[in-house]
Amino acid sequence: MSLIFEQLLNGLQFGMMLFLMASGLTLVVGIMNFINLAHGTLYMAGAFFAVTFQLLTGSYLAAVGLAVASTALLGLLIEFLIAQPLYKRDHLDQVLCTFGIILFLNELARVIWGSAPLRMDAPVWLDGSVDLAGIAYPVYRLAIIAVSAAVALALYVVITKTRLGMLIRAGASDRTMIVGLGVNIQLLYGLVFAVGAALAALAGLLAAPLLAVQVGMGDHVLILTLVVVVIGGVGSVQGALLAALLVGVIDTVGRVTLPTGFGNIVIYVLMAMILFWRPRGLFPSNA
Amino acid sequence: MDRPEALSAYKSDLIAGTVFVLLLAAVPFIASAIGDPFYVRIFTRMMVFAIMAMSLNLILGYGGMVCFGHAMFVGSASYVVAIAGQHAASGMPLVLGPLSIPGSTDALVVWPIAVAVSALLALIFGSIALRTSGLYFIMITLAFAQMIYFVAVSAQTYGGADGLPIETAPTLGALNTGNRKELYYIVLVCLVGVYVLIRQIVGSRFGLVLRSSSQNEPRLEAVGLAPYRYRLVAFVISGAIAGLAGALLASSQAYVSPADMSWVRSGELIVMVVLGGMATLYGPVLGAFFYLFAEYALGNVTEHWQLLMGPLIILIVLYGKKGLAGFWLSSRKGGSL
Repeated sequence: MSLIFEQLLNGLQFGMMLFLMASGLTLVVGIMNFINLAHGTLYMAGAFFAVTFQLLTGSYLAAVGLAVASTALLGLLIEFLIAQPLYKRDHLDQVLCTFGIILFLNELARVIWGSAPLRMDAPVWLDGSVDLAGIAYPVYRLAIIAVSAAVALALYVVITKTRLGMLIRAGASDRTMIVGLGVNIQLLYGLVFAVGAALAALAGLLAAPLLAVQVGMGDHVLILTLVVVVIGGVGSVQGALLAALLVGVIDTVGRVTLPTGFGNIVIYVLMAMILFWRPRGLFPSNA
Repeated sequence: MDRPEALSAYKSDLIAGTVFVLLLAAVPFIASAIGDPFYVRIFTRMMVFAIMAMSLNLILGYGGMVCFGHAMFVGSASYVVAIAGQHAASGMPLVLGPLSIPGSTDALVVWPIAVAVSALLALIFGSIALRTSGLYFIMITLAFAQMIYFVAVSAQTYGGADGLPIETAPTLGALNTGNRKELYYIVLVCLVGVYVLIRQIVGSRFGLVLRSSSQNEPRLEAVGLAPYRYRLVAFVISGAIAGLAGALLASSQAYVSPADMSWVRSGELIVMVVLGGMATLYGPVLGAFFYLFAEYALGNVTEHWQLLMGPLIILIVLYGKKGLAGFWLSSRKGGSL
């Protein structure tokens, strides 16, 4: 019983991390109609930047801030150089170009940081574990849940209560119309892309102490993120939250409770079933 | 285009194609003349990938379906060949419920089964995936391919993540696919056969409907044709041809691993098709040859060849959309076929 409870918590933590990835990507896909396969590469970049800045500054918090900011800049650079000419092209061109970005940045990371996995330490003040209903649960994982929940709340407030959020919602449901209304779409696109990159970096550096920081770490996460985006419904942040938690919990618990072959694929079966039932995801935002 | 021009375009295609096939047929002789059998291996691989790219082009280029999981059809067929080989070597039959299937290394038995398995997968997954479109179609094909990938990774009996070697190469009648030269010509014959098959399909009424379904779906429905069935049939044919390529791939590597159906491989196949020229008959062949050649040539220059390949892909997509076949088409002012 306590094993299941622990796995549920792990699933919640994993799901919240997926949400950090998926919220940014669902907005990029929903608003710009741009399929960004390089989103997983930004996750990897965040983790590598954090390791490097932690070595340079010796401070965890400084490393977090610098890594998030540099990845946001990297996102802006990608937006300006590659994404902008592709907004009006079809999905296939976007898939190909961002696939090219993955090949390039993965290899660049290998040149800079090498192929051997790097370790990132969680800060000492997040070491240890707390007693939760009889099980000792690591503080660090709880911190991930808390930080992600705070981000989710902040996103909710921005999207539902502010003028910027109004533009984002409008962009996700009808792009042509908000251009017609004279909104500076260039600025909005850049901002959404940078925020998406920053959130991906945050996810990557939060996950870094739990995994090894290595080339290709973003690839698997990318696929799961895309699954979340599609299940949740493109452009919907609340759909992304629900789908991320669903995928996080089912994947984590499934790996422990189901036979190995099936535990690995259960979320893909889930996705196929959901798309069979609702071909545009749970919360289609531009119906 | 008026008829004489179409005829001359057809002729120049035919001549170029014949020259290309004759050159390919000469490769093993040239390789043994210069004493470097490695070229037989690399050209075998190029031709196998060309078959994969042609099969993908049928749905991606002509049918407008961006399938991001095509490697699963290739990989599952490769696994059928490898698994049949393993059971033949151990003498233990494969037990599936009430069925007990003996292993085999007879290509005339194993390859058709491999092709059938891929076609069946394409039928099952296609019938679900084709209910969606656009981004959702890309994603669902990717997800299905990941599913098959993870099944292979967790199949410990068959090598798991390490993959499965094929110790006894299948025999095809009097031919042995373990012999590099014999396999080379088998693959060449398959390449030409698949080219002709796809040429026939694209030129048929079925092909016409398939091509128009990617251009104007409402109009197609207005004349009373349901695109879904045409797409599904194309998807199954494409899966079957990819299965043939998978069977050939298994023999050419004497080995199969989950990497043969990873999403990166699926992405590379899309790159090959686009690089060569979508919805052209020989474009995917050129694309596959060019991609593998670039991988090999850049790989000789630097182990970090992907630093060059990544930007190359981006530049080609941004500025050279018609692919390699586009140069050929514009140089001879012929038609689009």
